[in-house]
Amino acid sequence: MSGRNNYETGSKKISLTFYLMTVPMAILFFIFHTIPFLRGVFYSFTDWKGFGNWHFVGLRNYGYMFSNADIGSAYGFTFKFAVFATIFVNVIALLIALGLTSKIKFQNTLKAVYFLPYMLGTLIVGFIFNFIFGNLLPDLGKALHWSFLTTNILGTSHAWIGILIVTIWQGLAFNTLIYMSGLQSVSPELYEAASLDGAGAWKKFWRITFPLIAPFFTINLVLSVKGYLMVFDQIMAMTSGGPGNSTTSISVLIYTQGFQGSQFAIQSANAVVLFLIVAGVFLFQLNVLNKREDRIEN
Amino acid sequence: MSIMHDKNNLLKPAKIKAIKHPNYTVTAVLATIAVFAILGALYMTMMIALKSPSDMTNVLAWPKQFQWSNFTSAWQMTDFPLMFRNTLFITAWNIIFTIITNSAAAYAITRYRKQSRFFNLLYYYFISAMFIPFNVIMLPLVREVSAFHMDNDFGMTFLYIIFGMPLNIFLYSGFVKQIPVALEEAAVMDGAKPYQVFFKVIFPLMAPMHATVAILSFMWTWNDFLMPLVLLSDPKQQTLQLAQYVFQGQFSTNYNLAFASYVLVLAPVLIMYVFFQRYIISGVLTGSVKG
Repeated sequence: MSGRNNYETGSKKISLTFYLMTVPMAILFFIFHTIPFLRGVFYSFTDWKGFGNWHFVGLRNYGYMFSNADIGSAYGFTFKFAVFATIFVNVIALLIALGLTSKIKFQNTLKAVYFLPYMLGTLIVGFIFNFIFGNLLPDLGKALHWSFLTTNILGTSHAWIGILIVTIWQGLAFNTLIYMSGLQSVSPELYEAASLDGAGAWKKFWRITFPLIAPFFTINLVLSVKGYLMVFDQIMAMTSGGPGNSTTSISVLIYTQGFQGSQFAIQSANAVVLFLIVAGVFLFQLNVLNKREDRIEN
Repeated sequence: MSIMHDKNNLLKPAKIKAIKHPNYTVTAVLATIAVFAILGALYMTMMIALKSPSDMTNVLAWPKQFQWSNFTSAWQMTDFPLMFRNTLFITAWNIIFTIITNSAAAYAITRYRKQSRFFNLLYYYFISAMFIPFNVIMLPLVREVSAFHMDNDFGMTFLYIIFGMPLNIFLYSGFVKQIPVALEEAAVMDGAKPYQVFFKVIFPLMAPMHATVAILSFMWTWNDFLMPLVLLSDPKQQTLQLAQYVFQGQFSTNYNLAFASYVLVLAPVLIMYVFFQRYIISGVLTGSVKG
């Protein structure tokens, strides 16, 4: 590294211009991002209602989180949703990506269509699916005498499956794109060599394709888990957290109870726990990704 | 692994040789799913938007009569021109200022990270902020922002520019590393000041990354629902997405008006997608495989 060039390592004095390029932005970032974050952590140890007096209450808010049924159910729903959405989206996206990168006709058109849902606002997609679940499918169910379709799934205890379907419909676009870029980086010669050795399609996938696209798999997995733990828009569009609180996610709860309810401090604690979970997922990614890339490079 | 390599691979037009014996089964399966699951939903949206309420017995059928007035009614009812202007204002200024400020910050940080502990610290400061999603800071943020009287379109534009920094600095930084320092040294020899070096030499070279950042910023601001929901207090300042949420109750059972307004909101994005599809896909890909 040392002495590679004068510009980077030579002169000791850094021009004022470079400080002007960074310091004001860093100060603004600190004021509008870091301070709110620190204040949130601070409030989580108080009993502040969003107005009036407050006192330190230590870890009481965190203790309350574990005993409160609403918060427990929000965590239950969010984890269940995130796990199912991550699995379904990644399995289906990988299948679509395998299809789209194989020898097919209209390849570019099909790619463009499969990526299209990514462009659409999740809120509007949720509204459109509201109609599909509430009107189109029940009408279809009545016409075909399929009783399971005749009720709006969003009004039942299976409402979370409706949210899951919308999420899969939209989430596939992005994950498919990432898998495709991974699959296209695999050299065709490897498959030819494997075929000569008599490897079947299944063996080729597990022994060649999957190990080579593993970094893309990790990216998808982590971005999926992180995104689905934050799930908000589609729930606000479709169920507002209901029926009851069966589809109230952690983010929806922070929004409804933190802004409209009087649980400012409790929901601050909730946000801190959500942060710790997301940070944990990120750190896990960094470790796994780095290890894997080391293995591939060596 | 090199991003450029992946991108080129994806953007390469269909491999001519491989297409000699296309797999028709896979093509048929993929085409069927695409038509029914993806295009079908959009087709239904368009049909409902064009029908009259009395024509709703079969929503998938072609309209008996095209009810174009749904669009004019939805246009007026949701105050579409105003909401469109608000959203465009936020999105455009966000893209312009994000590109200028974030690329400059990333350039300075990347070039001096090795030499200066301060710049290295800034790098890790911004990167580690990627661990903190908006949902986590929104409760205290809204208090702070309304205390500063920034609960409006101007304030929100400002916040988008600030909040985009962690990812954008990460993206720009990876790009700046690949630009040979010799170019800057030559400019300095010719007597260029540091800001001239940046704006005349480096900034134009960053064009591919500007495109990626612009696309990601556009997608974020145009479709964002949560930040407008928690921050904006004045109905006159609402964005398209927020307005759709607010008006949802007023449409109640008039699905035709509701869907006409969905089409109005989706149309600008779909038109952009038709024209810039290739750039959008490669931009999103660069942004995520890097980020």
